[in-house]
Amino acid sequence: MSRKLTRRQVVAGAGAAAAALKFPAPAIAQSQPFKLGLLTVKTGPLAQGGIQMEQGVVTFLKEKNYTMAGRKVDFISADTGGNPAGTKTKAQELVERDKVDVILGPLAAFELYAISDYIKQQKMPTLSLAAADDLTQRHANPFLLRASATSSQAMHPMGHYAATEMKLKRVVTIVEDFAFGYEQMGGFQAAFEKDGGCVVNKLWPPIVTPDYTPYLAQISGCDGVCQGFAGSNPLRFMKQYAAAGLKYPVVTGETGGDDALLKSFGEEAVGLVSCCPYTLDLETDGNQRFVNGMLKNFDTVPGFYAAGLYVNCQVVEAGLKALNGDASDKEKFMAALKAVSLADTPRGPIKFDHLNNVVGTFYIRRLQKEGAKYGLKLWNKTIKTYDNVSQFWTWPEQEFLAHPVYSRNYPPLKGC
Amino acid sequence: MTFWLVLTVNSITFGGLLFLLSAGFSLIFGLMRIPNLTHGSLFMLGAYFGATFIGGYLTLQFDFWVAAVLAALSVAVFGAVIERLLLRQLPGQQMAQVLVTLGISFMVADFCLLLWGGDPINVATPQGLAGFVRAGPAVFPLYRLGVIAIAAAIAAALWLLLDRTRLGAMIRAGVDDPDMARVVGIRVSQLFTIVFALGAGLAAFAGVVGAPILSVYPGLDQDMLPLALVVVILGGSGSLLGSFVGSIIIGFIYNFGQALFPELAYFVLFLPMLLVLILRPQGLFGRFVP
Amino acid sequence: MRRHQIALLAAAVALVTLPYWMSGVYYINVASQILFFAVFALGLNIIAGYGGLVSLGHAALFGISAYVVGYLLQHGFGHASAILGALLAGLAATAVYAALALRATGIGFIMITLALGEILWGLAYRWISVTNGDNGINLHGRPQPFGIDINSATAFYYATLIVFVAAVAAVAVFVRSPLGAALMGTRDQPRRMNALGYHVWAIRFWACMFSGLLTSVAGILFVYYTQFISPQTLALTSSAEVLLMVIAGGAGTLLGPIVGAGLVVVVKSVVSGFIERWNFLLGAIFVAIVILMPEGLVPGTVRLWRRAWQGKNGTSP
Repeated sequence: MSRKLTRRQVVAGAGAAAAALKFPAPAIAQSQPFKLGLLTVKTGPLAQGGIQMEQGVVTFLKEKNYTMAGRKVDFISADTGGNPAGTKTKAQELVERDKVDVILGPLAAFELYAISDYIKQQKMPTLSLAAADDLTQRHANPFLLRASATSSQAMHPMGHYAATEMKLKRVVTIVEDFAFGYEQMGGFQAAFEKDGGCVVNKLWPPIVTPDYTPYLAQISGCDGVCQGFAGSNPLRFMKQYAAAGLKYPVVTGETGGDDALLKSFGEEAVGLVSCCPYTLDLETDGNQRFVNGMLKNFDTVPGFYAAGLYVNCQVVEAGLKALNGDASDKEKFMAALKAVSLADTPRGPIKFDHLNNVVGTFYIRRLQKEGAKYGLKLWNKTIKTYDNVSQFWTWPEQEFLAHPVYSRNYPPLKGC
Repeated sequence: MTFWLVLTVNSITFGGLLFLLSAGFSLIFGLMRIPNLTHGSLFMLGAYFGATFIGGYLTLQFDFWVAAVLAALSVAVFGAVIERLLLRQLPGQQMAQVLVTLGISFMVADFCLLLWGGDPINVATPQGLAGFVRAGPAVFPLYRLGVIAIAAAIAAALWLLLDRTRLGAMIRAGVDDPDMARVVGIRVSQLFTIVFALGAGLAAFAGVVGAPILSVYPGLDQDMLPLALVVVILGGSGSLLGSFVGSIIIGFIYNFGQALFPELAYFVLFLPMLLVLILRPQGLFGRFVP
Repeated sequence: MRRHQIALLAAAVALVTLPYWMSGVYYINVASQILFFAVFALGLNIIAGYGGLVSLGHAALFGISAYVVGYLLQHGFGHASAILGALLAGLAATAVYAALALRATGIGFIMITLALGEILWGLAYRWISVTNGDNGINLHGRPQPFGIDINSATAFYYATLIVFVAAVAAVAVFVRSPLGAALMGTRDQPRRMNALGYHVWAIRFWACMFSGLLTSVAGILFVYYTQFISPQTLALTSSAEVLLMVIAGGAGTLLGPIVGAGLVVVVKSVVSGFIERWNFLLGAIFVAIVILMPEGLVPGTVRLWRRAWQGKNGTSP
């Protein structure tokens, strides 16, 4: 079961690297391989998502036979170890030693914050999966492109759906006590309350919480629960939620109901309603090709992390094609990437707003036992799609950006 | 009212799980004076083994309890090997012990990631314990009540072992005064291997018993090790009663602390640990100051 | 003695000329990291190696200084006051830390420092108004000591090298000082030291303060290097990592922590690029060190070298 994925080059001799640097004429640049760098986490507790990210990239590259826009692709994957200092070191390794043309990743918000200034200085086009809202909002980074979603982007439609279609009135939110959680629940609350719902209580267990019971015991006086857990926590939460005898409907975002967790979830997760920028059951050619690739290469169904990176690769390829394979001018390359608009990605059509964040389709799914494919016992069945969802949801951009970023205390509880 | 009842019962059930986790740690710490930083790894390794036996990945599919015992035995052997090959050579060398136990925990964590991948594994609640017990409006998961029974049974077995057998008498003598024990002819070296294997096996058993509640995932080791430390510091090392009472107290502090002082959730375990260390360094029932 | 001096000179020449023979910015940055982690490890080695007090919470002290730099810069202070503030905060935190932890020795000391480290880590996560939570604090730019710009990798390397040399010199002086000798006395014979009229607690306390000072200095270098600080820097794994540097290299020796820092940083940043299972490798290296040279790499190598030397000259018993 070993995962030998990386096509790692032995370090080229210093002389050769230096010589290559001195003649960056476009003609030469195009005959050389295009260097695709990935920052991911392959060791430690965050490895779950990180391994899937790499699988997404490799699936794309194998499908394209390691070529993009007529150029051979050198793929260099770096393991950040899931800490900011490691991410900085590895970003430097990719930029300064390996001279990559574009960086995919990193995974976590704090990793992206750690290198945000650096990629700006180095003018290094970076397509991250990290969801930190403000990096495409109030502190937008011109060299960062996000084809996945902001933390709150999936929670806006989720809030709308919970209020208008599920007719929930009073919801308790529960999520890990950190920024990704604050931004998710801020988004849910804002959209849910805009459509007449009311968030009655917000619970914040620490990141490491072996037993959620002390929090579950506080869930009352509501008709629904919104959870936003990530990693392996959704599994444990749903289990302990059911074990506590709670029956309120549960809604969640992209990490809490991720398709990659379908093989791990137990039956207690049935009924979970999630909103995600990717869904396994999307029946399009683009998605089928991707899912088949994942099954063939890794014998596993993809989730949001693998799909996010596959889409990132598609964006890079499209940007490179627009420049006829010449990525030597970083600013031009970045502009080309921003202008990309794709019709058939595994997550449906996407384009970017002027702050470099994706505008795309979001899927509301219900977890059920019926209709499961690929040997799974559980299935996320799409029950509604929201097209062209921007990070500002239905608010005008200026009005949205005039508010502070979603936090532990914003929006405040209304006491309804 | 329901809130208080649920939390009180859960404090005891969570305490039961903590006892299973920390009893072995306390024994090893008490007898061998080793800060065994692999304890979380042994817990996780047991959980992965158990999940594998139960899941039937090895063509044979085992019953939950058989799997738990098998996992405990496998990890006990692993523990005995660690003790014989490595820890044996480092008596009293605290820093070398820290280095080697941390080194092993790195290796175990990476090994598990290699073998089982990053995806969390769900372990189904064993049949017959899947339901609820209802007491008015309050609902208690049956399995958690079962955990109390298991913890009590293990505690009783350990008490019998320590109090009523020759081996137990030797272990107690070793905890109280290792040098004197050696003088009176107790083969302390053999004793160390047995105790380390027993501690490792208990940790692994706890890993399997905990799996239906916690699930199994990379990082489980790092999540559990501090809990074992906290319990042993509070209860006092080398004392079975200490780890039992310590586990229940930590169960209460954890449950009520998180529920009543959510602002302090990140500190709810380490503040009491710090207070005990400063005010009563030997812990509540400790036989010596560590 | 002669051989010693030649080796020292060779090392000095190698370090000073490093940016000229090391290929590429990336490796110069790795060298800078080794140097400031070596300062951190030297700091921990004061109490762990020479004092026998093993701390598993030193990353918290390291992190506090780094946070203070970030916080003060964010609030409009200059680099000089940020650095000064970070040193003072680091020392103040160390004083409290030492006062609490020195109520115990041995495993008790390990556990108190571990608990303190975890509490400060939690604080970094939760005191969002000051630390910005897990999103961390970004720094913009590095200071310009004496008007020299140290934004380039090479310039920062030299700045770090100067601090590193000063730290090594300070530790060398400390070890030979009466306080250093007394500290080693409290490690080996605490009761006798007490009987001889030494104030064991005070000796340990001041050793902690010196350790905290070096740790703060390393924290400041770290935050200027990465230009970012977040709670992960204070985590238990970071504390364990620096302790492993000290023990693997050789606790209670001057060279050991430096070699240990080199080993860990190289495996983490360079080797991890070639070997996917680098975490396993790092663990295996630690275990191998314990089996082959339980006293650490530096003393172990010296021992093997001496034995080989004596064997060749036929003087071994």
